[in-house]
Amino acid sequence: MVDLHVRIHNLELKNPVMTASGTCGYGEELADFYDISKLGGMVLKGITPRNRDGNPTSRMAETASGMLNTVGLQNKGVEDFIHTIYPRIKDYETSLIVNVNGSTLDEYVEVTEKINELEKISAIELNISCPNVKKGGMAFGVTPEGAGSVTRAVRKVCTKTLIVKLSPNVTDIAEIARAVEDQGADSVSLINTLLGMAVNAEKQIPVLSTITGGLSGPAIKPVALRMTWQVAKAVNIPVIGMGGIKNATDAIEFLLVGASAIQVGTALFTDPFIPLKIIDGIKDYLNRHGLDSVKSLTGRLQM
Amino acid sequence: MKKAVDDFRVIENQPLNATNHLIRLRSPVPLPEIYPGQFVNVRINHTDEVFLRRPFSVFDIDYKAQTLSLIVKILGKGSTILSRARSSEEISLIYPLGKGFTLPGRKDRILLVGGGSGIAPLMFLAKTAGLPVDQTDIILGFRNVEDSIELKEYTKYGSIHRTTEDGSRGVKGRATEHPLISRDLGLFDKIYACGPLPMMKAVGIAAKKKKIFCEVSLENEMACGYGTCLCCIEPTTKGNLRVCTDGPVFNMNLLQW
Repeated sequence: MVDLHVRIHNLELKNPVMTASGTCGYGEELADFYDISKLGGMVLKGITPRNRDGNPTSRMAETASGMLNTVGLQNKGVEDFIHTIYPRIKDYETSLIVNVNGSTLDEYVEVTEKINELEKISAIELNISCPNVKKGGMAFGVTPEGAGSVTRAVRKVCTKTLIVKLSPNVTDIAEIARAVEDQGADSVSLINTLLGMAVNAEKQIPVLSTITGGLSGPAIKPVALRMTWQVAKAVNIPVIGMGGIKNATDAIEFLLVGASAIQVGTALFTDPFIPLKIIDGIKDYLNRHGLDSVKSLTGRLQM
Repeated sequence: MKKAVDDFRVIENQPLNATNHLIRLRSPVPLPEIYPGQFVNVRINHTDEVFLRRPFSVFDIDYKAQTLSLIVKILGKGSTILSRARSSEEISLIYPLGKGFTLPGRKDRILLVGGGSGIAPLMFLAKTAGLPVDQTDIILGFRNVEDSIELKEYTKYGSIHRTTEDGSRGVKGRATEHPLISRDLGLFDKIYACGPLPMMKAVGIAAKKKKIFCEVSLENEMACGYGTCLCCIEPTTKGNLRVCTDGPVFNMNLLQW
């Protein structure tokens, strides 16, 4: 029996496989397919202080081994989450993590303070890396000062495990990771989507309503893996890796370069069962390699 | 569980004309109840270039044989590859997805308006509704005779009226120019449309003006097909709704057309 249990500060995960924010809703759609208590955790769709309609359509473009999106944080706001959604999902037997967004420091703090009150939420993932909103989001995440300032403000009020989700659209992601660690982050997760663009050549127009959008899927995996490796070397807090993971081998690669846990995102769109297949695949891998704990894979890469 | 992902086996792939194929797939497990207007999301085999699945309305279903049929119109890379599916090939489906049409009452007189491969869910609706032939009119619009799809067996479910834009088959003009729409719309209790957006808009707006119940099936581009990605949203009187999960069938009164 291999031990898949992982701990990210006070966040207990029965296994290292979570679903990524924006790709699993609030969990209810995945629950239509299988028993989601098998998942290590779910990072819920990003929440803002108030309702956001999101961006106009067209919101997506398929690309080679991936896709661009510009959903723009469509959600009904934190109060709706607390009163409508949370009561429906709080008894899911998996770790629930809320992805917190804002367009100002005060908004990040406001959402965090409200989420603090929810007993069944295990952690907060601070989203300073959404490329599809005009204010806040990635604007905070692309400088060490900006990332540090949001982390500091939220840390002051956050009573839960605080994960900061990093943007890959920077020159030196390790520097940003160090800045949020210095300001009290308990963990970092990476990468959010890479800023990209698609053009309809026949019509000679951009495909996405906002012209640019976030690239995700297997196409970004090598970039995500490299950044996870760089960040894991740079910080002493646990790292959560993501970006293009579609099978157990991909997941294991992220663990080997230093991640303690991983998130599956866009791959869910092609097959909602992928997280379960990854959990089984990690078990097989550990057995084949004579290892008894998934923790032993973290940073095991031989140089 | 309400939804599943399974590998179906191709048991028939028959060209209906130059651009449309009828593909019949056998499920490895007994099929759940699937309603007209619901769809499946189909993985495209043999390529790394088509990353996302492709959604198709269910055209027909045979619970006893555990088969469902799709009409695949060749539009791009994904549908081109799918149209070449070989017998006994395994194809992964996510199913059943979305909310279907409101079934008509037994006394309703209904009009179905389909354009191109949009006829698929409407034929399934006509068959499922099972109304007497004289209560069901079906207008099928195609570009020309080559584009037209034969559906002889469906004459037992309703009166089929064809239009082609060039007049090479049936009444010349667009589906929306058919006299049943331009002149006789008031005869119907319920109207259902599926096809190109301009066609659905024209039918929907005409029905709304006459305060006739009307449902249309949208096909906004989607990534997941099961409600999580929020790419396929449609602005409605109830806010941004997901075509894949809150639809694809919408009552005209909800839409902001």
